[in-house]
This record gives sequence, C-alpha cells and structure tokens, in this order.
Amino acid sequence: MATLNVLVAVCLIYVTFLFVVAFAAERAAMQGKGGWLRSPMVYTLSLSIYCTAWTFYGAVGYAARSGLEYVTIYIGPTLVMVGWWWILRKLVRIGRAQRVTSIADLISSRYGKSNMLAVGVTILAVIGTTPYIALQLQSVTLSFTVFSGAQPGGSSPVDRDSTALLVAMGLTLFTIVFGTRNLDVNERHHGVVIAIAVEAIVKLFALLAVGVFVVWGVGGGIAATLERIDTSEIGMWHVQGDRWATLIFLSAAAFLCLPRMFQVMVVENDDEGHLRTASWAFPAYLMLMSLFVVPIAVLGLDLLPAGSNPDLFVLTLPLATGNDGLAMLSFLGGFSSATSMVIVAALALSTMVSNHIVMPIWLSLTGGGANISGDVRNVVILARRVSIGGVVLLGYLYFRLSGGGAALAAIGLVSFAGVAQFLPVLLGGIFWRGATRMGAFAGLTVGFMVWAYSLLLPSFGTGALISQSIMENGIFHIGWLRPQAFFGIEGMDPLVHAVLWSMSLNSLVFFVVSLIGFPSPLERLQGAQFVNVYEHSSNPQSWSGGAAQSEDLMIMAQRILGAREAQKLFEREAQRQGVTGYLPEPSPDFLQVLERELSGSVGAATAHAMIGQIVGGASVSVRDLMAVADETAQMMEYSSKLEAKSDEQARTARQLRQANEKLTQISVQKDAFLSQVSHELRTPMTSIRAFSEILRDSDRLSAEEKVKYSSIIHGEAIRLTRLLDDLLDLSVLENGQVNLNIQTGNLEDLLEHSVVTALTGSDETAITIRRNRALESAWLTTDLDRLSQVFINLISNAQKYCDAETPVLSIQVNQADGVVMVDFVDNGTGISKDEQAIIFEKFARVGVQKAGGAGLGLAICREILARLGGSVSYLPGQGGAAFRVIVPVRIPQDEV
Amino acid sequence: MGKRVLLIEDEPNIIEAISFILSRDGWSVATHSNGHDAVGVVLANPPELLILDVMLPGKSGFEILRELRDAEATRDMPVLMLTARGQTKDREMAERAGASRFMTKPFSNADVIDVVRELVAT
Repeated sequence: MATLNVLVAVCLIYVTFLFVVAFAAERAAMQGKGGWLRSPMVYTLSLSIYCTAWTFYGAVGYAARSGLEYVTIYIGPTLVMVGWWWILRKLVRIGRAQRVTSIADLISSRYGKSNMLAVGVTILAVIGTTPYIALQLQSVTLSFTVFSGAQPGGSSPVDRDSTALLVAMGLTLFTIVFGTRNLDVNERHHGVVIAIAVEAIVKLFALLAVGVFVVWGVGGGIAATLERIDTSEIGMWHVQGDRWATLIFLSAAAFLCLPRMFQVMVVENDDEGHLRTASWAFPAYLMLMSLFVVPIAVLGLDLLPAGSNPDLFVLTLPLATGNDGLAMLSFLGGFSSATSMVIVAALALSTMVSNHIVMPIWLSLTGGGANISGDVRNVVILARRVSIGGVVLLGYLYFRLSGGGAALAAIGLVSFAGVAQFLPVLLGGIFWRGATRMGAFAGLTVGFMVWAYSLLLPSFGTGALISQSIMENGIFHIGWLRPQAFFGIEGMDPLVHAVLWSMSLNSLVFFVVSLIGFPSPLERLQGAQFVNVYEHSSNPQSWSGGAAQSEDLMIMAQRILGAREAQKLFEREAQRQGVTGYLPEPSPDFLQVLERELSGSVGAATAHAMIGQIVGGASVSVRDLMAVADETAQMMEYSSKLEAKSDEQARTARQLRQANEKLTQISVQKDAFLSQVSHELRTPMTSIRAFSEILRDSDRLSAEEKVKYSSIIHGEAIRLTRLLDDLLDLSVLENGQVNLNIQTGNLEDLLEHSVVTALTGSDETAITIRRNRALESAWLTTDLDRLSQVFINLISNAQKYCDAETPVLSIQVNQADGVVMVDFVDNGTGISKDEQAIIFEKFARVGVQKAGGAGLGLAICREILARLGGSVSYLPGQGGAAFRVIVPVRIPQDEV
Repeated sequence: MGKRVLLIEDEPNIIEAISFILSRDGWSVATHSNGHDAVGVVLANPPELLILDVMLPGKSGFEILRELRDAEATRDMPVLMLTARGQTKDREMAERAGASRFMTKPFSNADVIDVVRELVAT
C-alpha cells in the first residue's frame, strides 16, 4: 500500500538521482570527457520536453473527451521533423554562426540587433509561457492529491498550495544550480540536457508500462482491447477538418517557436548532424508516447466510476487495480514531464529576461560601461538566477490566482497560439532578406493583439477579463470586432477563428510594412548573414592555428580573464594535450576553447576577432570586423548615454581628430607630389615625342633643323635622367637611409672644385664668381661630396636664374663657434617675399621657367644639410638672391 | 596665310614643337608663354582656335579658360587644353571650365593636327 510518505521519499530519491546525473555530466564535460553527452540520441531525447505533463496526463484526457483529435498535437512536430528539417537545420546553423542565446536574441539579432524587439519578444514569451508553467505545477499537485486520496484513512490531507510551492522552489533550485553554474555565451548546459534526457526515458517508460499493463493486464490482450475501442464513444468522434488543420499547424508552429523548444533544439545543439538522427528518432518517440493513449482512455472510461477525471487515468487506473508500484512509476513519469518542462522553460526565459531586460536596465542604472569584466559576470549570473526565480514564481502565482480551474486545461492551446505569432517573423527573418525591423515589430504587435483579444482574454471565461457586452457586441459596439466573430464571420470554432485571423493579419502586416519600409545598414547586413547563412559560414568556429604564438594568446587571455583564471585555463589545456609546462600548443581545439572562454567576458564577436588577430590576419573577415564594430558601437552608445563626457574621452577624441587631420594632410601632399612628378616627367617626354615624330615624319628638314631638334631631344633626355636622379636622391635623404662618407678636407679646395664643376659643361651665360680665399681656410670633417653637391646646386641656380646684365655671384665665408657660414649672394633682382617661403619645398620653381630645373635642388640641399647637422636658408635684404649655408666644422656624432 | 591659332604654353621646347607641326600643316601660329596677361592677349585678338596649357606661371589654364568663357567674344571659341598631369580629375576640371577638347601630354603630333582641324571646322 503506497503511503504518501513513500511517495515523497521516492520523489526525493528521484530528484537526488537527477542532481547526481546532472553533476556527473557537468563534471565530465568540464574535464573534456563529455563526448557521449553530446550524442544524437541525447539530443533527440532532450527534444522530448515538447511532451510536458499536458501530454503525459492530458493526452488521455483529451482522447476521452474529444477522440482522436489529440493526435494532431503529435502530428505537427512530426511533420516539422520529417518534412521541414531544412528549416531546423538553417535555424541551428544560424544559431551557431551568430551564437544565438534565445529566440528573442535570434529575432532581435536578425532585425538589426534591436533591443526593443528583443524586449517585446521576451515579454510575449513570458506571457505565453507562464500559464504553461502553472499547468505543470497543477499536474504535479493533482497527482499528489490522487495519491493522498487513495490512501485509506488519509491522515494527512495534502495542502495543494504548499505542494505546488515546494515543487516550484525545488525546480528553481535545480535550474539555478545547473543553469547558471558557469556563464558562457554559447549557453550550453550539459547537466540540464542530460537530466532531461533521463527524464525523457523515464516518462516514456512509465507511459509504455501503464499501456502494457492496461492492454494485457486489464483489457485482456490486443484483440479484446480493440473490441472495446470499437464499441466505445471514442471511435465515433467525427473529424472536424478545420480544427484538425488548425491544431496541426499550431503544434508545428509551437514546436519551432516555443522558447523551451528553441533552447534544446538550437541553443543546446552541438552538432548539426544530430538533426539527421532526430528527424526520424523524435517522431518515433512521439509515436511511442501516443501508442497507448486510446486504450488507456477507453478502459478508464469503462472501468472507473463515472465522473472520474480522465486527465488522471494514467494514474488512477493502476491505483484502482491495486498496482501501487506501477502507479508510482506513472507518477514519476508525470513528474518528469512537468519538471523537465519547467526547468528548460525557466532557463530559456531567464536568459531572455536577464539579457534583454535586466542587464540593459542594470547598465543604465549603474553606468556600467567602465566596469571590469569580472563584475559584469557576477551581475549577469545574479540576473539569471533572479530571473529564473521570477519566471517560476510567476507560474506559481498564476496557478494560485487561477485556482487550477478548468480554464487551465485549455491554456495549452492558447499558449501555443500565442508563441505561434513568432513564426512569420522567424521564417521571414531567415528566408527573406527584405524583412525589416519595423515590419517585424508591426506584425508581432498586431498578431499578439488579435491573439490576446480573440483568444487569451476570452479564455479566462466571459465576464472575467472581457465583459459579456464586448463578447456579444464587439468592442465600442462595433459589430465586426466581436472577439470571436471578426468581420461578422460567425459560427467558427473560437480557436480556429483566433489562429486564422491573428496569423494572417500578423503575416500581412509584417509583409506590407517590410515592403514599405527601408532597412538600416545593420539590418541589411544581418539579414544577408541570416538568409545566406550557408554561404557565409561553412564552419564559423574553426581556426587553422599554426601561426599563433601561445605566449601572445596567454598575454591576451590574462588581460581579459585575469592572470589566475588564464593560467588555470592554459595549464589545464596543456595537461589535456599532454604537453609539459603551462603553454599548450595552439591547436584548433585549444583555440576554440579559448574563444568560448573569452566570449563569456567580452562578447562573442570580439573574442573571435581578437583570436583571429593573433592567429593570423586571414581569419578575420570583414564580417567579423563589422560585428566588432557593431559591438563597439553599442558600447559607445551606452557609454555616451550614461557617462558624462570624461576628460579621457575628450582627450582621445582630440588626439583622434589630430591624427585624422594629419593623415588627411599627408594624403593631400602625397597626391600633390604624385601629380607634380607626373607633370615633371611628362613635360620633357612631350618634347622628346614631338620632335622625334617630326624627325621621323618630315623628309624636308634642313641639316641645321635636324641637328637642332636632335639636340632638344638629347637635352630633354638628360633632363629626365636628372629628374629621376634627383627624385631618388631626395627619397633616400628623406628616408634617412643615406650613408654618409665622412672625410676631412679644406673648405677652399671644396669651393674651388664646386665652382669648376658647376660652370663647366654648361651653356648658360657666363657668371663671374667673387671669392675671398683668405677667409676660406678651414678644415672640415664631414661628408665632403654631399656638401659639394649643395655648393654646386647653389652656384648653378645663380647661374640659371640671376637676371642681372652682368651676373656676379659672391661667395663669402665666415667662421664662428665650430661652424662655418658660406653665403652665396648674386646681383639679380632676388626672390620675392612670397616665394621665399616656398623655395625649399619640392617642385617649388619660381620666377621665369627655364628648361633643366626640376625644382628639387633646394629641397635636396635642405635634406643634405639636415643630415650634416647644419642648415641652409634664404637671406633676405641682400639685393639679389642670397643663400646662407651653415655647417659644423666637425659633423656631430649622432649624425654619423 | 592659314587660320590663326594661339598657343599659350610656358615650356620653350613644347612651344617650338607645336609651332612647327601646325605651321607645317598650314596654320598661322602665335604664342604666348605666361598666365598673368593671357586673357588680355586672347581678348585683344581672338584666334580661330586657342591651345591652352594648364600649368602656367601666374595663372592656371583653368582660370584663364573660365574668364574667357565669361567674355562675350570668346564664349564659343574652340579651346584645346593640354596638361601634363594625367589624372582624371584634371579632365573633369577642364570639362567644367569649358574646354572643347582635352589632351594629355605627351601627345602624338598627328592627333594634335586632327583635333585642331576638327575643332576649327565645326
């Protein structure tokens, strides 16, 4: 005889067992031995959270009331798994490529990372899920009551509310322990998943055991049971086509959109390949779950006293026939269904609530931008825990307030219809690039309003939240707005009516607003990445390794994780690889581990890009950079909103602006220089080409002309060569690559040599040179060749540009303080004040144009003297053009 | 004597080359070698065709051309612009300033003749 105490003990043992299993799984995963945890079968079993207590107990009740209609709830997911697996595959691929943490994250991320959309989806998901959690609490309490009622002499009547509260608290604890142990953006929870898989086996086994018992133990074998079914009412229920189609659609949509399904299917998925197995194994699981539903319902109706609750036949049939052990197993099955649903739903919703509602609020309250990562991690975990508690508490409150009435039983479908509103936005987001944020927001809003008005509010019963008059006359007495007869179409099943209108208006508005609107660049980028996910990311997380230096990785990891954490991670990985010391080989495996670790602190995209930078430039794609830029932009947005402009920021901004100005300036100078070079090269080439064509094409040229034109060609060719020489010389000098040839020599000799070189071989007009040799005796230790180059240049310039009738250049030497000053002054008109400022710039030719000058001579002189530790400058007010060269007698040491 | 072409160019060898090939083709060639007073020179005796260098001492070819296009007498005068800076933006500037044609140095003598004939014919 089962006593309540035994039941409680069994429950506790079972829960402890789940804790142990979950702990073991977490531990195995931590040590990297968790391969078996991620088998396709575990994945398939984890999907079974689709079968909640509503299906475990409720399917039989449903069959007893409405015949075969319960099958639709299984057909929907089966169709998705078999026929729409490619949608699932795309969702999973996107989830992994974009490191999606929830359905709210996926939708907001797709539509330009809009937090407004994320908040909306989160709130709607909470509204849609809360009644469902209440339903699970109710089923557990009810089953307790059944046991206590079956107990003879029932000494301790079960307090319904406190049972529900205890269950809620236990579930919260479990979810917090295994759902928030570590913070990891990939949001994978090995412990939770393995516990769910175990529960999936328990509930399937329990239902099958009850079924086998009912058919063979009570019903008298297959043939006898079939006979009973034929004679029962169930066989006579007619199929209502529109309702069936609606239910199949609803369950299929819910299978894709329920936050808890999204959690196990996409977020917890470890390998796309698992979907292949799940595509046949999960339908098989559903088939087994539904196999004995009808026999149990029929026999329950036959054998149990009239008025028994058909929702509890699974439990009451074994109890009534004295099979307490089986009843206990059945109870555990129902318990498993309820708990696994609540755990995953709480996990999924808490991720959404904390990421999209709590964290943004916390950040805005504390101005959190500047905090170090360690702080943020604690806050995130705390937010998760509080959210989990909050979500379960909401479910409990709903249970208390609704009083566990009959309305609760129907709430499963209402809830399905609610989350189904995500479907257009979800599918549109991954298959249609034109879908926009405004479209998504408008579609969701309209869909949910219609759903709430036509299904949710009436579900509480007429007169509860929606008045009788509205139900009969429509809101504001507008007849075509009656909640269950839009546009005056009456006589439809309320569920069919609500689903039809909410889904079609939702899709229509989503589509039309998307077409009208214009997506932002970020939306377009995200849209492209979601819709074309297969092109973008064949294997988004794989690193080629090799080029990475473990030391560099270590330094980066320390900066982000903190020294101790980083060291622990590296040592652990080194040990795993079997390497001595604390630096592991930068293998692709290790890089993935590191990236996951880092992304918990700095965000996925940033971590990816950081590792990419160290591993090798090729791994960082434009896409990654965009993602980083976006993360940065979001941070900037936060910080600019929340923080007063600090000095630091202002200084950085100023430096950036200056750097930018400098770059712009350099760029302009570079363009101008290239344009100049082009001009200087093309001008002599023009003459050369023109005259060589003249020589080639004209046969009537005089010998004199031929000589003249050939000479021009010759002269221009020399000019070209000199220009190139000057350019190269200048470039070498400017880059500081020049090797100085230090010698000691006499200034007088050097000037003599320069004058002779400058004047010989020149066809310019003769110029008289005046010198005072007495002052020129000085010994110089410097690069004499380069200094001579400067002198020659200045003398040639005087010769070319001095416009006096009898040109004279006087060279005067002064000595003082270890330097010599050499002035070159001619008797021409000199250089105007404006032009003095630019003559030392490249290509700064002034005055009358004369063939031969490239405009680089003085720039070269300036560079040479800078290398020799001296200077050259223009001396104003000397009558003609006057240049002063100052050069140290001995070249300073640091110039050598 | 052929029709009158005015060449404004500061590079003596290029002046010599263009003068030679145009004279040989039967044109009467006048030259001018700086930008300061170029506009005045053109307006004083507008030629059938103006060949205008861009980089001139004193005033750029673009400026000279803009001023000429503002003057009644030279509004529709054919102008061939020459430049040694072979960038697209120079071509655009020349078009905006109102050049009838634009040639980059170095050029082929035959092309210059063709363009000059074409511009004066139209």
